[in-house]
Amino acid sequence: MKIGVFLKQVPDTETKIRVNGSGDGIETGDIKWIVNPYDEYAVEQALRVKEASGGEVVVVSLGAARTLDAARTALAMGADRAVILDDEAFQGGDALATARALAKVAEKEEFDLVFGGRQAIDSDDSQVPQIAAGLLGWPHATWITGFEQGDGSVTIRRAIGGGTVEVARVTLPAVFTCNKGLNEPRYASLPGIMKAKSKPVARYSPGDLGLEGSIGNDGAAVRLSNYRLPPPRPDGRLLQGETGDQVKELVRLLREEAKVL
Amino acid sequence: MTDFLVFCEVADGRVKGSARELLGKARELSGGGTVAAVLIGSGLADVGSELGALGADTVFKVDHSSCAAYIPGAFAAALSQVVKAQSPDVVLGSASMLGKDLFPRAAALVDAGVGADVVDLVETDAGLEGVRPLFAGKCLASVSVTSEPKFFTVRPNSFVIDGATPGSGNVVDFAAGLDNDFGYEVIDVERGADDKVELTEARCIIAAGRSIKSAENFAIFDEAAGLMGAAVGASRAAVDAGYAPHGMQVGQTGKTVNPSLYIACGISGAIQHLAGMRTSKVIVAVNKDPDAPIFQHATYGIVGDLFEVVPALTNELRTTLAD
Repeated sequence: MKIGVFLKQVPDTETKIRVNGSGDGIETGDIKWIVNPYDEYAVEQALRVKEASGGEVVVVSLGAARTLDAARTALAMGADRAVILDDEAFQGGDALATARALAKVAEKEEFDLVFGGRQAIDSDDSQVPQIAAGLLGWPHATWITGFEQGDGSVTIRRAIGGGTVEVARVTLPAVFTCNKGLNEPRYASLPGIMKAKSKPVARYSPGDLGLEGSIGNDGAAVRLSNYRLPPPRPDGRLLQGETGDQVKELVRLLREEAKVL
Repeated sequence: MTDFLVFCEVADGRVKGSARELLGKARELSGGGTVAAVLIGSGLADVGSELGALGADTVFKVDHSSCAAYIPGAFAAALSQVVKAQSPDVVLGSASMLGKDLFPRAAALVDAGVGADVVDLVETDAGLEGVRPLFAGKCLASVSVTSEPKFFTVRPNSFVIDGATPGSGNVVDFAAGLDNDFGYEVIDVERGADDKVELTEARCIIAAGRSIKSAENFAIFDEAAGLMGAAVGASRAAVDAGYAPHGMQVGQTGKTVNPSLYIACGISGAIQHLAGMRTSKVIVAVNKDPDAPIFQHATYGIVGDLFEVVPALTNELRTTLAD
């Protein structure tokens, strides 16, 4: 089995977000960059598939040069090698432009299956893996919390809302996005971290993938502008008195002032 | 003039409530253009007049045995075929769990982009723009889509629509070519213990933190939730302590919710929790600790123990809402 993992480097969840001077992005100066937390479940699941069936785990990450650090973390966890798309031409794309590049890598590498996170916690888009699957003509299953390997297919579990869980059989090759609860990602061991430094890292140019013009900023159809902080919430009101009086006043306010009940 | 195509989700044979806000908003922004609805399923009921009343001029029905359950590849193919045939300017859908799964793939099949999970849509000199929370709501940005058509998914409960201009609700059967094998077979659907309101679509949510102390104690919310039609949520601390399943978690590594009313009980208000609920229109905080950060975000606050406040609240709701 040749198993691909789509990996994104994102700002740490504790990061204080500040809009940059021109309003077209955020200040990135003192951000601590991490592997997108949901992608850790993807790396872990890929490693488990390899442990059960043999094969190779290849991490694919598109981003600035620093995205190599995120890939190294996955290599330290046990992935075999990385493909980095850090050419300037890949940058500034939207989900479609990014997915075009990742889908081409999946094709070139002849992956049997691909794992990704359910969403990246910076853009919160939840788009790239589904688009890549669509471009490849492969099935996809999102937000999976269970994965059981069969012969040429896998059986997945995914929450579909309201406490309901769907169980589905998906034919390979396919793309899966991983949710919390799927597994417990392992930590990188010290020998793992040492070994990661010498694991192979390949870089593809847009030309290698036959994708000039349709990737990065040139290939983007979705444009973000006017970044701003959310408007502050109006000052709240602390209700006074005994519990009975407080809840009476609360229900009155919810009905008469806020009109939400 | 802008022509809209609105994907309306069907669950258990009924059109979901999000159709109202999506069709109503489409009507409002259409400027005399057409508003069409598209339904995908198998054995779909006749809902022409229902969707007409919400603003649809035309209702395209894709009724096909491949769509008896949500099969991502089949739904994406069906939606993209309707889009190709109708060439709308804008395709709208809900940023529900299904919508987020479907729209990126369907749009890619017509080489179009999706402005995902917008909380507002506004007509500007530069065309239609969405407003999009990023970094778990710590920041907002305007999102424009340059492809034709433009796809947008809208976070549930973003628009309040009182009585849209009705359309004629003409039903058109759309014969989609869906005969290939989509490689995805639903083999079981395990329903939760009871039919719960889905958090991401709920208009009202009551949620607890670790101070709920046990899974059983969540029962104290049952009656109040029933009276308010609320879904019940939990903080990460409560989930990690094993008091609630992950499906109930609100926050950065759980669900992002957008209700009219969010009642946080014994939740301190960590930044990752706020990330999941900060767009709630009204936030009520109940916490023993008057210095809990949640109070800085609350519309109304009660300093008190949730085990005293929730029963009192239930009593009060019982009296008031019974009228």
